[in-house]
This record gives sequence, C-alpha cells and structure tokens, in this order.
Amino acid sequence: MKQNMKMTSLAAAAFMASSTAFSAGEVEVLHWWTSGGEAASVNYLKDKLDGAGVSWSDFAVAGGGGENAMTVLKSRAISGNPPTAAQIKGPSIQEWGDLGFLADINGVAKDNNWDGLLPSVVSDVMKHNGNYVAAPVNVHRVNWLWSNPEVFRKSGATIPTTWDDFMVQAKKIQDAGYIALAHGGQDWQDATVFEAVVLGIGGPEYYQKAFVETDMDALNSDTTTAVFETFGKLRQFIDSNSPGRDWNVATSMVINGEAAMQIMGDWAKGEFKVAGKSVGTDYTCTAAPDTSGSFTFNVDSFAFFSQSDLGNQQAQKVMAKEILGSDFQEVFNLNKGSIPARLGMSRDKFDSCAHDSMDAFIASSQTGGLVPSFAHGMAVSSAVSGAIYDVATNFFNSDQSAAEGASQLVSAVKAAK
Amino acid sequence: MFNFLERNLPKIIIAPTTLAMIVCMYGFILWTGLLSLTKSRMMPQWEFVGLEQYIRLFQNPRWHVALDNLLIFIVLFIVISLIIGLLLAIFLDQKIRAEGAIRTVYLYPMAISFIVTGTAWKWILNPGLGIEKIFRDMGFANFEFRWLVEQDMAIYTIVIAAVWQSSGFVMAMFLAGLRGVDDNLVKAAKIDGASTAKSYWYVILPIMRPVFFSAIVILTHIAIKSFDLVQALTGGGPGYASDLPANFMYTFAFNRAQMGLGAASAIIMLFGVLAVLIPYLYSELRERPA
Repeated sequence: MKQNMKMTSLAAAAFMASSTAFSAGEVEVLHWWTSGGEAASVNYLKDKLDGAGVSWSDFAVAGGGGENAMTVLKSRAISGNPPTAAQIKGPSIQEWGDLGFLADINGVAKDNNWDGLLPSVVSDVMKHNGNYVAAPVNVHRVNWLWSNPEVFRKSGATIPTTWDDFMVQAKKIQDAGYIALAHGGQDWQDATVFEAVVLGIGGPEYYQKAFVETDMDALNSDTTTAVFETFGKLRQFIDSNSPGRDWNVATSMVINGEAAMQIMGDWAKGEFKVAGKSVGTDYTCTAAPDTSGSFTFNVDSFAFFSQSDLGNQQAQKVMAKEILGSDFQEVFNLNKGSIPARLGMSRDKFDSCAHDSMDAFIASSQTGGLVPSFAHGMAVSSAVSGAIYDVATNFFNSDQSAAEGASQLVSAVKAAK
Repeated sequence: MFNFLERNLPKIIIAPTTLAMIVCMYGFILWTGLLSLTKSRMMPQWEFVGLEQYIRLFQNPRWHVALDNLLIFIVLFIVISLIIGLLLAIFLDQKIRAEGAIRTVYLYPMAISFIVTGTAWKWILNPGLGIEKIFRDMGFANFEFRWLVEQDMAIYTIVIAAVWQSSGFVMAMFLAGLRGVDDNLVKAAKIDGASTAKSYWYVILPIMRPVFFSAIVILTHIAIKSFDLVQALTGGGPGYASDLPANFMYTFAFNRAQMGLGAASAIIMLFGVLAVLIPYLYSELRERPA
C-alpha cells in the first residue's frame, strides 16, 4: 500500500513536471564535450533538467579545444541569437562580459549561497563586475606527474619530487632503455610541461607575478632564465618521435610501460581507467616535481547569455542551480577525472588521486599555492597565453639557450599585451 | 516581353553569380582590409589604429617563419610539380601500352583531400612508423630520415606531400596539351634533323606555353591557400617551424582572439598573391589581345 502511494505521488510529480515543461522554457547549450565520458556527463545534466521541466537543446560543436565552437558562438552572438549557455572559461568570461552579452544570475547564486560554496579563486572567475555570469562544473589539477611504477622498479629509479632529482632519475630510466618522459609535441602540451617547470622552479609567488599578472620585472628576472634552463634539460628525456603526438597517445606509452612518466592534467586518469589499470599498483599520481604544495587549476564552466524570452530566462536559472547541485557535480567529475568545483561534498566515491587533489586544493588555497593554469587559458588572455605557447614550443623544439628563451618570452608577452 | 527576355536572359542568369562574387570576394576583401586597421580582438571593433597591427605583425617572429616557409614552399612545390608532371606527360606520350591505366594511377592522388594526404604522409614520414623504421628493420641500423621531426626540415615534408598530390594533375594538363600539338610540326622538325629532345625543347614546349600558364596559376593558388595539408601533416610543428601564413592567420584570428592581427596577415597574403600574379598575368595576356 505504501509502495502504491509512493507510485501515485511519483506519477503526480511526473505529471506536474511535464505540465510545467510548457512554461519553463528551453536551454540551448553550446559545448564541445562530445567524447565518451564527457558526453555521458552532459547527458546526466540533460536528464536532470528534464526532471525539472526544462527541455534541453543540444548544440555540440566538436573539435578539441573548442576553437570551432567559439567560432560558431561568435557568429551566433553577433547575429543577436546567442545560445542560453556556452562552455566558456577563464578570462574569456570577462571578455564576453565586457562585450555585454552575459546574463546576471546573481539571484540564483544568492538563493543557493554560491559565495559560501565556492572557493574565492573560483568564484572570482565566474563573476563579471562583481555579478555571477557563469557556473563552474569542475576543477582540474594540471600539475600532475603520472608514473608507471613497474618501469621505475626495472630501472632502479624512484619517483622524483624535485626537478634536480628528476634529472637524475630520468637518466637512470633512459639508461635502462625506457623513454623517461612521455610527451606529445603539440604547443599546448609543451606549455603544460613548461607550466609545471615554472611553478616548480619559480614557486607560486613568481608564477603569480610573472604568468598571471604578467609583471615585466618578474618576467625579466634571473628566475625566468633558470626556468628555461630546467625546461631545456627535459628535451633529452623525450623521444624524437614526439612532434605532433596526441596527449592520450603519450599516456598510453606510460600505460604500456614504454615510458616512465608523463606530466599532464588529471584528465589523463580517464585513459588509465579505460585501459583497466588501477591506481597505486599500475600507475601512480604525484604532484609534478617541486610543486607538491601548489595547485594549477583549470576550471570548466558554463557562461550564461542574456535571453529575451521569459521562459528561457527561467530555464537558464534552473540550469545554473542544477550545475552547482551536488548530484551533478559528483556524477560529472567522476566521469571526467576532475574534482567538484564546490566545497562540502561527500568524497566517498572518488579515488585516491581525486582525494589528493581535493586536499591540495584546500591546502593550497590557504598558502597562496593555488594558481590558475596559463597553459589552459585560465590565467591570461588568449593573446598572451598564445604568445607564451609560441615561445615555449619554439624553445622546446630547438636548441636555443635559456637566455634566448627568456628574452623571447619577455618580448613576446610585451607585444601581445 | 519575350524580346526583353531574349536580350537580357544571359545577363539575368549571370547576375546572381556576379552579385555573390562582388559581395563574397571583393566585399569581404574590403571588410578584412578595414578590420586590419582596427584594434579588433575577439569581435570586430571599429576603433581605428592605423597600421599598428601591421607593425605588430612584422615584429612577430612566428610570422617571419611563416613567410619564409611560404617562399620555400611555393618555389619548390611549383618547380618540382611542373618538372615531374611534364616528364610524366612526355613519357606517357610515347605511345606506350596501358597508358589509360597508368594515367589513372598518376592522377588518383588528386582525388584525395589534402587532409588524407597529410595524414598518410604523417605516418609514412614518422621515424617510428614509416620509412626510417622500414629501413632500420631491413638492417640499415644507421639509416635516418626524420625530416618530419626536425625543425629546419619539416617544411620540406610538406613540399613532398603536396608534390605527390599535385604532380599527377599537372601531368594531365600537359598530356592534354601534348595531344593538342599539331603532328605536322613535330614531323617537320624531325625532317629538319631535330632529335626527340630538341624537338620537344624547341618546338613542342613553346607551343605549350598556355598550359604552363594555367598550371602555374592553379599551383600558385593551391600553394597559397595550403592550410589543411599543414594542419594534418605537421600541425605547424615541430614548434611552429612549418607554419604557413594561412595557419598563422587562422591561429591568431580564431584561436587567439586577435582578429585585427589576423586580418592584417590575410591582407599581406593577398598582396603576396597579387605581387606574383599580376606581372605574370600581364605579361601572358598582353601577347594575346582577344
């Protein structure tokens, strides 16, 4: 009988939900999460919204880093017909905000206490002129070192925790006949490794000054030359076939035991999982050398565009609320390998890498070690990060000296600002 | 009414095409030219800054790499494609057996898109997968062919792939030209005692001048708009060593929100094309007033 009652009320709820669907409007969401785990995560959000009576119109534009999606978004926005929400992150949110396209969702934020739920480094990115215009879905940690313990055992090496030690251990691994550092020679991957070196050698304070605030004095210091020296030493530890290699191919080299280590964000975990490997025994995750107390974050988010239709405005608010709901945050991040953007969630279902990430996130936010990733468009405008990409990738693929690299970086950043 | 139609039908039919061309070609050239004078970043922004974007462009080391690469690529691509295409056409013209089949084989690469060509050559030229590995497996342990991963040589791999794709097409054009040569002229040359090589050099090739003209015009525009081949074969790498101006333009205008700079580079590309083509068109067309 009780069961029956439950069914009836469920049915009633469902009926009510479906009847409100007519008035609650529609969200059209531009994103480029089209691969397996990512698509599943997006579908979960879609189902969530369906349950709340909001219909979902999928506007997926495939293509790696979202360049295609951004091109489509620009043309839609210029023609006065932007989608309800779009996958935009970092300083780009400010650029769109400056152009006056984004909707103020302060109401939802206030009702759901976003200021309390989100660490301030994250919420600052989501605000334009002090108003919430976007909602974060996850936090990726970029400064990870992925290792294959088997290869380390066979070469008699230990997982390095400092860059000096890295050079010693990598030499051992190489002498044992393995590739020390699995790497794909694409500009953003070069920049990802470069970023880890900057953070390790320069420390978070220098990182913040030079690569977030683009302070010319900090960039023009000896620290920059020291960073390039270490970065240059890494050239010898990657294999010569690396140019053009995709990041997940590099990850599979670690999985197969061809290579010992890879420096890559926590999305690499997905590759290990798909290959059926378990953390601790088949692979390990540790902070990149000299960065254990720091955390380079890469936060994905949805920015909300101004809507004229009242129903759609309402739907937009429902979507914003659901994104920060603990259900969605948990499912999405379990799929994607990242950690939830909001604090105070149950962490039982996450694995030990994610736990490390969560601990480091909270600890580093108190010490100032929590810094935005410039290699993933979180720290500086796309013009400046592009300039850094160019210098890093050109340096890494040539035999330039550290001094040349440093001086090129200074002039390139200056020109792009 | 019928008379009006009869008189104006050709114009009416051509009008939409003309209109589309004026808007989509010349209109957008003008638009890009204007954009290049503004400080536009993510979106067009009509705040004019004079030639600042051009100054920034020519201060960018990556742009100079792209320009140098374009020069290397255009010269080598056109010259090698012409030579190979011409030789293939002359060999095929010797009344050999199975000409149709061979012609098809040589022409086939043209049916493939540059993306496929680029991807295939990426594997062939990859030291760990392709030619180098094959030779090493055969016992030549010191064999090295790794242009694809060398900064100074990567642009030549693009030349190789582009030549492979286009020389068959050039061959087809020359073959058609050769078939159009009046047999009596060749016979006359033979009677005057010219060797085969000499009759080709002094008689047949000069007659085929219009074919050279068409081939060069077509190859030049293939070369300048080359984008997909680079994207698929090297991704502009290692580093940005094999960038061409089109890749530069795309990266800066679309990926890096520097629309003004991208527009400036597009305009420079346009001037590059004009600088090559106008004198050539002028010298070729002047002789044939028609």
